[in-house]
Amino acid sequence: MSEPNHNGIDSFRNNLKSIIDSFASSFLRSGKPTSDKSRASAMFNNFFLHVQGVKTHMNTLRPTYTLGLGLISLFLLLITTVSGVVLMIYYNPSIENAYNTVKDITYVVIGGSLSRNIHKWAGEGMIIFVLFHMARVFFTGSYKKGREFNWVIGIALLVITFGINLSGYMLPWDQLSYWALVIVANIIQSPKEITDSLGITQYFDVGGFSKELFLGGLNAGKESLTRVYLLHVMLFPILMFIFLGVHFWRIRKDGGLTKPDSFEPQESDAQLFSPPEKKGGIFTTNKTYGLMELAGGRTPAVDKDVENTVLSWPNLLIAELAVFFICFAGVVVYSFFIDAPLKELANPLIPENPAKAPWYFLGLQELLSYSAFMGGVGLPGIALLGLALIPYLDREQEHVGVWFSGKQGKSVALQALLAGTPVLVGLLAFVISFGWFRNWWPNVPQLLITLVNPGNLWVVFMMLWSVWVIKKTGSTRMGAIALFTMFLVSFVILTYVGTELRGPNWGFYWSHSQWPPH
Amino acid sequence: MSSETEGKSEVSRRDFIGLATLGAVLLSSLSVLTGIFRLSKPTVRYEESTKFKIGKIDSFPVGTVKKLDERGVFIFATDEGLHAISSVCTHLGCIVAISDTGFQCPCHGSKYNEHGKVIGGPAPRNLAWLEISQNLDGSLEVDSAKSVPTGTKYKFYA
Repeated sequence: MSEPNHNGIDSFRNNLKSIIDSFASSFLRSGKPTSDKSRASAMFNNFFLHVQGVKTHMNTLRPTYTLGLGLISLFLLLITTVSGVVLMIYYNPSIENAYNTVKDITYVVIGGSLSRNIHKWAGEGMIIFVLFHMARVFFTGSYKKGREFNWVIGIALLVITFGINLSGYMLPWDQLSYWALVIVANIIQSPKEITDSLGITQYFDVGGFSKELFLGGLNAGKESLTRVYLLHVMLFPILMFIFLGVHFWRIRKDGGLTKPDSFEPQESDAQLFSPPEKKGGIFTTNKTYGLMELAGGRTPAVDKDVENTVLSWPNLLIAELAVFFICFAGVVVYSFFIDAPLKELANPLIPENPAKAPWYFLGLQELLSYSAFMGGVGLPGIALLGLALIPYLDREQEHVGVWFSGKQGKSVALQALLAGTPVLVGLLAFVISFGWFRNWWPNVPQLLITLVNPGNLWVVFMMLWSVWVIKKTGSTRMGAIALFTMFLVSFVILTYVGTELRGPNWGFYWSHSQWPPH
Repeated sequence: MSSETEGKSEVSRRDFIGLATLGAVLLSSLSVLTGIFRLSKPTVRYEESTKFKIGKIDSFPVGTVKKLDERGVFIFATDEGLHAISSVCTHLGCIVAISDTGFQCPCHGSKYNEHGKVIGGPAPRNLAWLEISQNLDGSLEVDSAKSVPTGTKYKFYA
């Protein structure tokens, strides 16, 4: 006060000297995390971190439990978001320019090819890891005990993941894009198969209406590209992040990830625990049940779950950072060596032979080759509905957090795998060798094929098998395990057949080298 | 309950206002949704007309087939007259090619006989036969949006 000028300059100089330190500690609202208390507040006072608990259960940190799959899916999404914004600098969504700008990005723009590869492979990687994540959540029974609706949100996220990938596939406007767009538009139109069979198409053409709404016209053209672009960069991302926010928020409110009741920490975990520093006071034990340690749930569970938890800062964050770096490195290395495909400019006169949808839809395309309506709308609809209803049809509350719910579940899953694989392969082999109704009786009504085709028979088999498992074991959870295992089996086998074994005219070939030259 | 005191009246004033509000909310949400869908359904199509001229009758000598790729149609000229068969596969919209038995689709292996009737593969419908008409100047016109019964053939005179 006496010499304000002198002091002011001094303190200014000191502030300047310590600017890095003070800026760094102001970054976290409660200063540098040096004690347990400040580590805790580093989590719950931070906008980005507070979706996670202050303390994390040891089980959540076990790589063998989560396999990091949900986290990988999230990181892949973030990678596609950043690389997607980068691609938007040059991409122009008009049929005159789309193909040329993608070509420029691939061959002219510095770093363009790598960015496009990263965007493409991270996006398709999401499909794989979202499916794996779903399998992990399913097989550990993590859709139970208040998490039923979060499973449904997960299904919505799966659908959005497929949609965002598919809409992105169409943007380069090359031959692959164009014919995938034509195929998808006709899948959307496929309710026509039913309305035609019933003879009501002229009054109630829901298929034709949906197709025109999707394409913005009768044929794939410039209006269609605008709509697909809108879906890819606006509608699907917005929906994705909204649902993702709810997905995470509900996990937090449900008390973090699931864990087995029988959880026991291992010896190697001991170093991670930091016993509370407080020794005196009215409570003689070392434990404190501070508010920040209460686990959420239907009711705050005092005395439960507080054990076997460790501070999220730094244990959880380090694990997450490690997953991120592995994930990012994997995508970059893969993208460095493998290029995203770009064929010649879209040509409406020359269909690709075989014209294939992107690989993640080839399982559906195989079903489509039996019946357009069942393969495109009916069976995927049944599959999604079935998946969404699993938590409501299997309400057993035991064995949550245990892989396959124990030994019995493991053998049920194995049986489903061993029984399902030969049945599906046999069914496909039969269709490939002998054809179906149309080949035997050319005048068979379409409605009969729509109702009885290999795809439907397989779904009926899956359902009957699961009901039989429920009857045999007396447990709905076991039935669910059988059904879900078979769902995974069918996704893998049908996708493989559609991708590798189908050649020109959708004929059967053991390998690409046998395709006739054209 | 006020409805009891008022005797006849079955819905109380409060319930009435509540129900009216609920109805208004539902009605307005529905109109907004319908509006969005109606807006997205194209009023103008930025594509070529479904009607197109294919030339005069002289350019279709008996016994020939003309493949008009960009229009997705085959024009057959036989003794009984002309007929137009759409080349758009009824399964998923690929372009079919002429094969030994009739037509074949490259995408999912649908097969049709020479009349466009499905004989194999997943196609749910026969290939469409299209309307051919003659303009005053003698030129022929096909409308790919107007299908006619299978077997319809047109006799034209120059």
